[in-house]
Amino acid sequence: MVSKSPAEAFALRHRPARERLVDLGFQRLSMLLASLVFLILVGILLTVLGGSREAMVKFGLDFLTTSNWDPVSERYGAFTAIYGTLVTSLLALIIAVPLGVGTAVFITENLIPASVRAVLGMMVELLAAIPSVVLGLWAIFVMEPFIRPVLDGLHSALGWLPFFSTTAQGPGMAPAILILVVMILPIITAIARDSLNQVPPELRQAAYGIGATRWGAILQVILPAAISGITGGVMLALGRAMGETMAVTMIIGNSTNFSWSLLAPGNTISAMLASQFGEADGIQVSALMYAAFVLMMLTLVVNMMAQWVVRRLSLQYS
Amino acid sequence: MTTSFTDSTSVPEAHSGFQRSSLRFNPSLARNRWSLLFTGLAAAFAAICVLPLVLVLVYVLIKGGSLISLRLLTELPPAPGLDGGGIGNAIIGTFVVSLIAALIAIPVGVGGGIYLAEYSAGGWFSQFVRFGTDVLSGVPSIICGVFIYGLIVSTRFFFDQSYSAMAGGIALSVLMLPTVIKTTDEALKLVPNELRWGALGVGASKFVTIVRITLPSAFSPIATGVVLAIARAAGETAPLIFTALFSPFWPEGLFNPIASMSVLIYNFAIMPYEAQISLAWAASFVLVVMILAANLFARWLSRFTSS
Repeated sequence: MVSKSPAEAFALRHRPARERLVDLGFQRLSMLLASLVFLILVGILLTVLGGSREAMVKFGLDFLTTSNWDPVSERYGAFTAIYGTLVTSLLALIIAVPLGVGTAVFITENLIPASVRAVLGMMVELLAAIPSVVLGLWAIFVMEPFIRPVLDGLHSALGWLPFFSTTAQGPGMAPAILILVVMILPIITAIARDSLNQVPPELRQAAYGIGATRWGAILQVILPAAISGITGGVMLALGRAMGETMAVTMIIGNSTNFSWSLLAPGNTISAMLASQFGEADGIQVSALMYAAFVLMMLTLVVNMMAQWVVRRLSLQYS
Repeated sequence: MTTSFTDSTSVPEAHSGFQRSSLRFNPSLARNRWSLLFTGLAAAFAAICVLPLVLVLVYVLIKGGSLISLRLLTELPPAPGLDGGGIGNAIIGTFVVSLIAALIAIPVGVGGGIYLAEYSAGGWFSQFVRFGTDVLSGVPSIICGVFIYGLIVSTRFFFDQSYSAMAGGIALSVLMLPTVIKTTDEALKLVPNELRWGALGVGASKFVTIVRITLPSAFSPIATGVVLAIARAAGETAPLIFTALFSPFWPEGLFNPIASMSVLIYNFAIMPYEAQISLAWAASFVLVVMILAANLFARWLSRFTSS
């Protein structure tokens, strides 16, 4: 030992078997834990598919296009809920996108002092933290009675349209859409704000340099440069709106009768699951699982498109 | 030329054909009117965006806050139609279920995040796991409930019990998992490589490097993400309605149905009794205060993140 130089002693140090075992074991363990994500995803898919097999065989694709939901005669069709899911989430998106992007512009531009902007940004983040069941409670007792006169006005003015053909009688699709707007606004605002912040300042400077006004630069240079991130955020918000359950269940009325009217009680897939799954048995459980599978596919497609959009549309600045 | 300069002093007089009036800000110009309009619009949108938060907070604080008393926090909910009572069992239940969720999701999520950041060299497997994490975070929370119902509740997995606190906690942990993995992964990536090289250079094994050097230096961002994930899980209702169910009694162990504040709000809000509805407001108050406190705590934690 004495004859060896320190460098040699270092190079010849053998790692004890225990140390190597711990190292390898830890690596394998963390790999196992990481692969749990996949096991869970596969498990979700298998559970929902397995549970819905009976209904899939019995109702086939008619399940998607018929709207009778009758536990007595055991005939089920989810069109009411699918229509409700698509209409509430798309309309909520149409309202929330201009609001969210406008807010994001307002808190990334230097129109107001930075401290006020920081407070506004924090408030939008806190809005995302409020549980959806609390928003649902608020929607039932505060928002819905407050907006009912407005909805009645819509009915008397535009009642000839099928979308406003019924009177507003409490819970319905319209209040559900509004509460969905509240729920997805923070997502759109947060992601739009991040995308706007990532636009290189040189673009803005160049726009100002050739004589653009502030809003000329925002609308024609900065927003187009941030469009990929904003679109991705909007798609994520759409996925969230489709899967959003509690607030919608509490305010949409959970009606199984189909109506085109936005003022009538309606249903969404997630609301139907929340209100019926606990008490269902037999083929109804299977029909609900089938509906859950449809919802899963819808959100999966939307979320994957969101990721694809962000990857494909993003402008590269180096 | 209609170029507008706001600073007119630096322009030399010598340019003869130059109109000095174009150097002054003229509010009646179309472009300035448009700018004013758009600024007003953006301000109005921001106000609309913040309005619901203010309104919800005001109503929850007034309607729920006025009901808070020691009795309310420590008693059981009344039978339908009776007055009085409290939400004591639901408060305990929310803590129990969130604790189960955290105890499952934190080790699994941190472990998975360690694999992604420390071991995988960007190969196909880690790409797969990252993709899976993104997909899992987009799965609607009600589907997590359906999954745990099919996996644990309907199969009577735990001691022949169907609905249980354990099933609810597991459902919430599925929801928390993607957040914990992502924050761990990103927090570990922020740790400078020099720290790892230094540790390996003085003869530490990979395991010791991760546990003694890398993880501690990424503690604050990981803790921030975990606190936010727990706060979110505590307010979730959809995965609990048919896993943990509800119970009007005190918790009876981990393998029986358990009450939680979020399910209490959902169940009581649609009851036709005044006493139940006011309990729902009180539970909202407690839940919102807890979640806002957790968010502020997370903000405070994130101040220790070195950038």
